[in-house]
Amino acid sequence: MEFQIGTEPMAGSEAAIFVPSNDAREHLVVIGNGMAGCRAVEELLARDAGRYRVTIFGAEPHVNYNRIMLSPVLAGEKTFDEIIINDRTWYADNRIDLIVADPVIAIDRTAKTVTSQSGRTVAYDKLLIATGSDPFIIPVPGKDLPGVISFRDMKDVDAMLDAANRGGDAVVIGGGLLGLEAAQGLTLRGMKVTVLHIMPTLMERQLDEAAGWLLKSALEARGQTILTGADTAEICGDGKVEGVRLKDGTLIPASLVVMAVGIRPCVVLARAAGLDIGRGIKVDDHMVTSDPDVLAVGECVEHDGNVYGLVAPLWDMCRSLADGLTDRHTGYKGSVTSTKLKVAGLDVFSAGDFSGGEGCEDIVLRDASRGVYKRVVVKEDRVIGAVLYGDTADGGWYFDLLKRGENVADIRDLLIFGQAFASGGGALDPKAAVAALSDDAEICGCNGVSKGQVVACINAGACSLDAVRAGCKASASCGSCTGLVETILALTLGEDVQSGPKTMCKCTSFGHDDVRREIVAQGMTSIPEVMQKLHWSTPDGCSSCRPALNYYLLCALPGAYVDDQQSRFVNERMHANIQKDGTYSVVPRMWGGLTNPRELRAIADVVEKFNAPMVKVTGGQRLDIFGIKKEDLPAVWADLNAAGMVSGHAYGKSLRTVKTCVGSEWCRFGTQDSTGLGVKAERMTWGSWMPHKFKIAVSGCPRNCAEATIKDFGIVCVDSGYELHVGGNGGIHVRVTDLLCKVSTEQEALDYCAAFTQLYREEARYLERTAPWIERVGVDYVKARIVEDDAGREALRARFLFSQQFMQDDPWAERVAGEHAELHQHIAQVRPLETV
Amino acid sequence: MTGDWLDIGSVDQITPGNARTLPVLGGEEIAIFRTTSGDFHALVNRCPHKQGPLSQGIVHGGVVTCPLHNWNISLKTGEALGEDKGCVPVIPLKVDAGRIFLLRDAVIGKRAA
Repeated sequence: MEFQIGTEPMAGSEAAIFVPSNDAREHLVVIGNGMAGCRAVEELLARDAGRYRVTIFGAEPHVNYNRIMLSPVLAGEKTFDEIIINDRTWYADNRIDLIVADPVIAIDRTAKTVTSQSGRTVAYDKLLIATGSDPFIIPVPGKDLPGVISFRDMKDVDAMLDAANRGGDAVVIGGGLLGLEAAQGLTLRGMKVTVLHIMPTLMERQLDEAAGWLLKSALEARGQTILTGADTAEICGDGKVEGVRLKDGTLIPASLVVMAVGIRPCVVLARAAGLDIGRGIKVDDHMVTSDPDVLAVGECVEHDGNVYGLVAPLWDMCRSLADGLTDRHTGYKGSVTSTKLKVAGLDVFSAGDFSGGEGCEDIVLRDASRGVYKRVVVKEDRVIGAVLYGDTADGGWYFDLLKRGENVADIRDLLIFGQAFASGGGALDPKAAVAALSDDAEICGCNGVSKGQVVACINAGACSLDAVRAGCKASASCGSCTGLVETILALTLGEDVQSGPKTMCKCTSFGHDDVRREIVAQGMTSIPEVMQKLHWSTPDGCSSCRPALNYYLLCALPGAYVDDQQSRFVNERMHANIQKDGTYSVVPRMWGGLTNPRELRAIADVVEKFNAPMVKVTGGQRLDIFGIKKEDLPAVWADLNAAGMVSGHAYGKSLRTVKTCVGSEWCRFGTQDSTGLGVKAERMTWGSWMPHKFKIAVSGCPRNCAEATIKDFGIVCVDSGYELHVGGNGGIHVRVTDLLCKVSTEQEALDYCAAFTQLYREEARYLERTAPWIERVGVDYVKARIVEDDAGREALRARFLFSQQFMQDDPWAERVAGEHAELHQHIAQVRPLETV
Repeated sequence: MTGDWLDIGSVDQITPGNARTLPVLGGEEIAIFRTTSGDFHALVNRCPHKQGPLSQGIVHGGVVTCPLHNWNISLKTGEALGEDKGCVPVIPLKVDAGRIFLLRDAVIGKRAA
């Protein structure tokens, strides 16, 4: 019988990738486009790329993505695009038929075909079932109410984000890995979260009581309510979720209930096809089911009595499966698993058996001040389990010892202090520790990459972190093993390692966005703390990262952070612009470009008194006094202050000036009071530190004399209101603004200005002007945040104004009053003696 | 007399990560640096590139970054680091009993003849 595959596109969708199918190769059909199904195909392609024609069916409307990274997507740390494992190019390049959003609903083992929901029937020579698992829904009243969801796929994440946007209370049922990650994500998204866990200890399958308590305290400190021993009686609500009632009668209000109590193998299809089923689809060591032409892999299978719900066994299974399909039967021997919680700032690791018992010895280390708890369980001189909290650096090493069953009698006394100590010397040499890892030691848990695979990838030509990430995916997901990968690069290549382009500077392997996210997530409050917690490779940073960190902390902690003068570029430290001869230029603020005789007299007097060789009108409508020595700056400022002038911040990554035209007060074309609005805008925004310099202009009519359309924020007045423009730049690369929106009142123009400024302050990278920032994130994103999201705009505006109350003290006046006098004075002078 | 060494001030007059200047009448200004780890160094206050005042740069590790064009200068050797080539004279410095001393000849020798 002939079956046509992929000769016509599915109606009106991009749901399928089609490749010519007139080839005679054996046809492998994969049910499941998830991590297991695609990994199996990847492993197969790596062994014998041309051997099978491959068709993959997926129930979800997506390409293959990394399901375990849904938590970072929920938490806002990653976008969906960033967790895609294989994009459409991969399917096309490997000539794989991909059929998405069309689940297979029946298998006919006699005819050797599968049939999908849309009625498509496809013949197979070999069938691979990789249907994964289904979330377990506890059978309580109300479980089907709208607002009750699981946490399993992108659709669930979208539903949670949707709920979080509306705010309110959420209840997460289940205090395991998945539940805690969901709770953390929802907390970061602004919901008030209560976690209900039926057992007395969080993550009781992975953690012992002590570590569970530390975890509970840490989560409570982040604002979550954790109820252990909490048994759900019913989910209440009329037509939608309104709360959860516990068996003891407690009622917890909630507009969202996430059910994360566990998963169970999805075996419906296999059972209907008459395959042997236990707890999962029964497979042999080569992942073959009771039908020799049907294989199964991943969370849906039962192997040797075991069912797995973690990612690492899946990698092992896929290797054995691909070996079997290419006639080099190695056989799957089962997996020992380890667990890492992916909650930023909470390091939790566990592996093996730590339930204790006959012949088990516990070795425990606690460091309360650092919040560290380590427990290694040894039996008959072998590590059989480990629980680490707070410091998980040695997790991989313990896990490696455990898997290899190595005799640890000789190092038992030092075992708990970690690999560096136990391997001798006591000196911490992370390089030696990595060098000592065996080739099959797992480096990247997210993508199941061993040390040997990383080394092979490097030997095949990958010379940078990015190249390794692209080549074997190690550290490409959650990034927690970045340091390990870099060490392997250094060990393998020595001097030839190329640094990746994306890190903040050479002191760190993190990019700007990562650092910024961690500062907020971990509540860091000082530059040394950031450097310590994010493993800076230099003692005190460099001239690139120090100013950036100083800004990120300043932005994150308005009013609380103490500005670090040693992390300021000279101009911001001296509050003036250094010139090529080492003298400074001084620009007092002229609000909206307006001045008066008193100010002009004071400036004239300063120019004469300090013999300033030049005074010039700037492009920003004010006056620049040149040639002032650093020693004279405080005296100059004192005179300018006396005439009512403050710093113009012409030197800062900050609001510079608000340029205006004369507007309706004088101009016969003017439509609104552009000068007055400009002054108001400048009064509102002056003093604010930014990722880069920031210029505003207000033009009174579309003739645009104030050049508002090449400013970071430009207002063009029209008869009916105010056009707001963003992202303009008049520098090397002239960029005309994008129109943000039009508003009808002056107050709205100011509100949008404050919100836009704050969005830029919070999200642009240090030294990124608004123009490249908007090109990077897209003007539609900015519109979505500022124009379409009323509540979000108001929140941004409020944060800006809150921050501004700490910013609008004139820095010149502070210096005049004597602050940081040493910056302006010589330590001493050396004069020759007339006679000796 | 102070002998071979000039006492130019107390260590407290320079906070860690900062620099102070020492003008030398008829000679070149000297910059005295204190690193965040507490070491003191003295260089002629003039970048070998475009004569930028090194005292105004950001100090990190044992390096100062020139405020004009971001050349990195080693505080220990006065050499430009990385791709840049050039060197600025180092003034021998010692700290004794909480006072900073510069080698007299090196300071005076910088004066124009």
